[in-house]
Amino acid sequence: MADILQLLVAGLATGGIYALVAIGFVLLWQTSQTINFAQGEFVMVPAFFVLAAMKLGGLSFPVAMLLGFLVTVVVLGLLFKRLLVDPIIRHGVLPLVISSIALAIFLKESVKEFYAADAQPFPAAWATTNLTVGGAVVAVQNLVIIAVAVVAVAALQYFLAGTRTGRRMQATAQNPGLARILGIPVERMILYTFLINAGLVALASFLVSPIYLAKFSNGETLGLVAFIAAIIGGFNQVRGAIVGGLLLGVIDNFVAAYLSAQYRGAIPLFLLIAVILFRPQGLVGRVEERTV
Amino acid sequence: MTRARTARVIAAAVVVAAIVAPFTLKPYGIYLLSLWAVMTIAAIGLNLTLGYAGQISLAQASFVGIGAYTAAILTTQGWPLAAAFVLAMALCFAIGWLLGYPALRVQHHYLAFVTLSFATLVFLVLRNEEWLTKGVYGISGIPRPTVLGWSTQGPVDFYFFCLGVLALVSAATWWIIRSPWGRAFMALRENPIRASSLGVDTRRYTLMAFAIGSVLGGISGVLYAPLVQFIEPNAFALGLSFNLLLMVIVGGSGYFYGPFLGAVVSVLLPEWLRFSEGLYLILYAVFVMILMAYFPSGLLGLAEGLIKRAGKPAPGPALPTRDGDAS
Repeated sequence: MADILQLLVAGLATGGIYALVAIGFVLLWQTSQTINFAQGEFVMVPAFFVLAAMKLGGLSFPVAMLLGFLVTVVVLGLLFKRLLVDPIIRHGVLPLVISSIALAIFLKESVKEFYAADAQPFPAAWATTNLTVGGAVVAVQNLVIIAVAVVAVAALQYFLAGTRTGRRMQATAQNPGLARILGIPVERMILYTFLINAGLVALASFLVSPIYLAKFSNGETLGLVAFIAAIIGGFNQVRGAIVGGLLLGVIDNFVAAYLSAQYRGAIPLFLLIAVILFRPQGLVGRVEERTV
Repeated sequence: MTRARTARVIAAAVVVAAIVAPFTLKPYGIYLLSLWAVMTIAAIGLNLTLGYAGQISLAQASFVGIGAYTAAILTTQGWPLAAAFVLAMALCFAIGWLLGYPALRVQHHYLAFVTLSFATLVFLVLRNEEWLTKGVYGISGIPRPTVLGWSTQGPVDFYFFCLGVLALVSAATWWIIRSPWGRAFMALRENPIRASSLGVDTRRYTLMAFAIGSVLGGISGVLYAPLVQFIEPNAFALGLSFNLLLMVIVGGSGYFYGPFLGAVVSVLLPEWLRFSEGLYLILYAVFVMILMAYFPSGLLGLAEGLIKRAGKPAPGPALPTRDGDAS
């Protein structure tokens, strides 16, 4: 029992990070049909912004983290949209897929070339001790990750459903043409989703880097798993990304513990293929619907 | 001069260069040329699947891997390379056919990720099934074949062997593209619903596009193993799949000569730009992003655009990328 609780908490923490990354994916797709193959690298990069600010700028960790967050929002949000997505999206989905693959290579190689090729320790903003709850040993950082993910998702849901801007974004996602006629600044709404995506990946980066260390190749599996989470849950809904992310995180931890550590990486892939063949709209998704 | 004739003259010049070049190069240069020929075969296969039939695949490296491991396992146990060719082609055809099934349900980015997942799966099998593949230790001492009494042990001999296979593959592909099958593939790419309403069996041709493209990946792998003589799973990881995809796109997807040019950019250029070391990949990535922004049809599309601008109207293949919204 204690084992199961332990694995569940670890799985929810992993899943929370997957969910944050997957939500960003879904948001970009919903509002602008942008598929970002560099999403995993987007999670890898912000940690290096923070490290660079600390090492080169001599800033303290909290200040560097704030700066890293802002730089991420500008570079991976604003500049990503303006410089890469805007000129290419008119050619269709495939060129954008290719470009974001190239962007992933660009980010990975730049970090490797200009910062470091080996894993860098990343300071944690919280205690790294363990708690014992009813015989189960639970890492405090897992609880922190779960808490941050829950707060972030709740805030995002409130923003999308409860505020004027959020509802305008939903309108943009559902029918950009009609939204434009109704006087909604569609372009700005799309830009907001890019900024939100950048914020989410920065958050995920700060949560995951203390555990796995900051390394240029960290994004490879993370991006793939986050996308699979989005598809499994249902690509056209934010809550699909949440369900998919948590499910993958939990399954991943249980498989590694009870079945096969060697093939833990294969489980999401089997799930993906099964979902695509038997329920392409995802577990909680609905067919042919678009909403954020 | 018409476009077709220009292309033919350039192609003839390249063939002559490819035959003369090894006699002027050091062994490492010959190795690179052989690698170019081998990678071009895999890229031609992907160009059939992606460029002509419009089905994106990020799993081409897996088929190169399946071919390479088939060749390595069989030839190190004394079987002839011909047996490896037959088995690898059959295996890749069957697995490629199966990989086509998801493509019947989903398109574009979904398909990209499904094939990406498949590639990861193959990589895990190659790494973990040590009884068969020797896992991360790889397989070494892969012998080069003797073809009808002609030993291809030396680098130049093996290069000509690869070039010969490339010529056969090119001729077969040329024939496929011009056959009714090629037309059906292009119909599939341009407008699957219209194609199906005109009586094209889209289901069969989608699966066929994957199967044939995969067979060429397998052939490339069977040559790759004796070329490098040591293989390990990392060589066939996602990096190679991305690389092959970029070869097809950069050269010009849907153009017959696209993969040849793309493989030059991707295999030979990095070596010439060796002084820049890690910077090369960064520059390459920037180049691809700029190319996609301005010339999504690749270098050959760019060249065609320039010729057109010079005032010579020329009909070219329609862009495979203009099919708008996804799935």
